[in-house]
Amino acid sequence: MSDVASRIRDEVGSNDVVLFMKGTPVFPQCGFSAAVVEVLDHMGVRFKGVNVLVDPEIREGIKAYSDWPTIPQLYVKGEFVGGCDIIREMYSTGELHQLLKDKGITLTEAA
Amino acid sequence: MGAVAAAIERKIRSALQPASLIITDDSAKHAGHAGAREGGESHFTVEIVSSAFEGKSRVARQRMVYALLKEEIAQGLHALALVTKTPAETN
Repeated sequence: MSDVASRIRDEVGSNDVVLFMKGTPVFPQCGFSAAVVEVLDHMGVRFKGVNVLVDPEIREGIKAYSDWPTIPQLYVKGEFVGGCDIIREMYSTGELHQLLKDKGITLTEAA
Repeated sequence: MGAVAAAIERKIRSALQPASLIITDDSAKHAGHAGAREGGESHFTVEIVSSAFEGKSRVARQRMVYALLKEEIAQGLHALALVTKTPAETN
């Protein structure tokens, strides 16, 4: 396994919810990344944002890691869940809520 | 229709035989953005209804489409918003 793959594996293994994104959760620099941050914030999910714009190795490495050519990418308990379209769709159908619950992630959503 | 849109259409039609295919070029909305390029055709929304997606997860469906458009993505197709449904899911 390459160095970058093991860095990614460590990252998604040591944080329950990880979003590889462009920019930071406070200052997303891409509309698709911003949309996923918005969903997670709205659901009250604590997550770690990894800004690929400041780390070219991760930016390319994450695409190979998940066999997924675009960013953002959301991981829950080490497992790749999807990109922006999938997260938005799963949020609107309630599946994302269910998945996070099933994985034992705490939500602080006021609902 | 630009060359990239035409390639997207041709590849998806031949591989997935979609019941419905809508390709929207959103590039103008992203002009000046980091991923935009001269001549546009960098940002697309592609809505596909195909029975080829039956029994496949969302991730698997999108991977199928990404694999078909690998060349375009390598050549500067920067953003691809995808809606992938089976005919049964469109009701």
